[in-house]
Amino acid sequence: MAGTAVRGRLSWLTATVGPVSDETPRVRTLRLEVPGWPGHRAGQHVDIRLTADDGYQAERAYSIASAPGEPLAITVERLDDGEVSPYLTEEVRPGDLLEVRGPIGGYFVWEPGSGGPLLLAAGGSGVVPLRSILRHRSLTNSSVPVRLLYSSRSFQDVIYQTELGFPAEGVSVTYTLTRSQPRGWTGYARRVDAQMLSDVAWPAADMPLAYVCGPTRFVESVSAGLVGLGYPAGRVKTERFGATGQ
Amino acid sequence: MDGLATDMALDDSAVDGNAIGGLLMEVFGTEMTTATGTCASCGAVSQVAELAVFRPALGTVVRCRSCGSVLMAFVRIRDVTCVDLMGLASLS
Amino acid sequence: MSPISRGFHRKRADAPAGRVPPGQYVTSDFPVLSAGPTPHTTLAAWTFSIEGGREPVSWTWEEFRALPSQTPTTDIHCVTRWSKLDTTWEGVSLDVLLGAVSYDAPYALAFSDGGYTTNLPVADLLGGKAWVAFGYGGAPLGPEHGGPARLLVPHLYFWKSAKWVRGIRLRATDEPGFWENYGYHSYGDPWREQRYAGD
Repeated sequence: MAGTAVRGRLSWLTATVGPVSDETPRVRTLRLEVPGWPGHRAGQHVDIRLTADDGYQAERAYSIASAPGEPLAITVERLDDGEVSPYLTEEVRPGDLLEVRGPIGGYFVWEPGSGGPLLLAAGGSGVVPLRSILRHRSLTNSSVPVRLLYSSRSFQDVIYQTELGFPAEGVSVTYTLTRSQPRGWTGYARRVDAQMLSDVAWPAADMPLAYVCGPTRFVESVSAGLVGLGYPAGRVKTERFGATGQ
Repeated sequence: MDGLATDMALDDSAVDGNAIGGLLMEVFGTEMTTATGTCASCGAVSQVAELAVFRPALGTVVRCRSCGSVLMAFVRIRDVTCVDLMGLASLS
Repeated sequence: MSPISRGFHRKRADAPAGRVPPGQYVTSDFPVLSAGPTPHTTLAAWTFSIEGGREPVSWTWEEFRALPSQTPTTDIHCVTRWSKLDTTWEGVSLDVLLGAVSYDAPYALAFSDGGYTTNLPVADLLGGKAWVAFGYGGAPLGPEHGGPARLLVPHLYFWKSAKWVRGIRLRATDEPGFWENYGYHSYGDPWREQRYAGD
């Protein structure tokens, strides 16, 4: 199963919302039941479409949080002035209907065959596709070494806290909490910079593969930093989420 | 055009070609984020996933990261998507 | 037929009857919609020019700010269906700027930093209907909303109010600007719902 190419469907499929779980005060994971779902690769996303009773429609893209082979799930962060994310994180209930298109994406994807070592850099909700990659790695018993650098405003905003608190063998997780830190915090407490990358990232000589995902400015700054450490630009994959709820 | 490249890097409203994977599949009939585009203006070569994408609700504008010129534009008017690829020298 | 997503609706607020054009809803936000990155032209480098008259005319920032300005309060209407009521601006009227030029062209193409353009009849820039605005809500216009200065032409859909405007090219013929080239209406009257070409 691993490595099978999955061709995305062009058509919209009806999805029924399954169990939902609140990861943080602003972030919720939703299971989606989609008859005919073709499966997906780690790192891909889906387009979601909502239709109001006056016919108004809104579409957004959300990264798939689950690994290939697991039930489809997305993780959504509520944007304060958003139109779709407040609905998905506050209003929606199991049994509600929405439409899904996908899976989408052939660039920001990882399979065990892609190799490593892996440097995963997440800014806020940018951790979602990286979590799919981590789960896929576990489920395929891959031993590719991984370092995850996860930048979050505070510890309460860390998504998948429990899971990341018990990382699989060969995975190390480093947090940087940029706005507030718990009492006694001895970890990083600033935005990712060249010094932090130099401390945390694999040396370029190890031929690492990097995946950087999050707000645009985070991605620009981290990817430039990795290239500055000697990572070839072609070994740094980027996915920019635009502005997020700051 | 260093100024424009810097403007794009600092601009949180800009996303990249990953975000329009669905739109591109709809328009081209296939996965396009790994396709390679060549800018007709400055010759820069890039994977579509890495191009700068702006999505004001009026339309989707895809720009070259090196020189800022418009490579592709998509506007949806009355259920028809108009596609302009004139800024690309090639797309493969 | 798409299934209805229970409880989902667009963001909206009630508008007093007849206050907003057809198909619009009122918002208290001020959405930022841009076709390109926010430019960062310094005031030292900024000029506003009018080309296509008998002679080209241009103002530096100091010269521009020395011109008489007004503080219009107006509703604005975006083609993407949001309207914002009673927005307050400070700017120099196009009557003042065009008053400094000798010309007889009927059409204008406004141009901005970053390459954005939009076309309008010169008549729609005159008679107290248009400004080059440098202030919004009592403060200097921020870069994400078009600062240092943007065109403000509130009687037309707001894509005509070009952000980061740097000048006007006066023309004998009408030339479509950035969005007009992709199928948006050449004139754009919200009260006649002229969103797309052919409306």
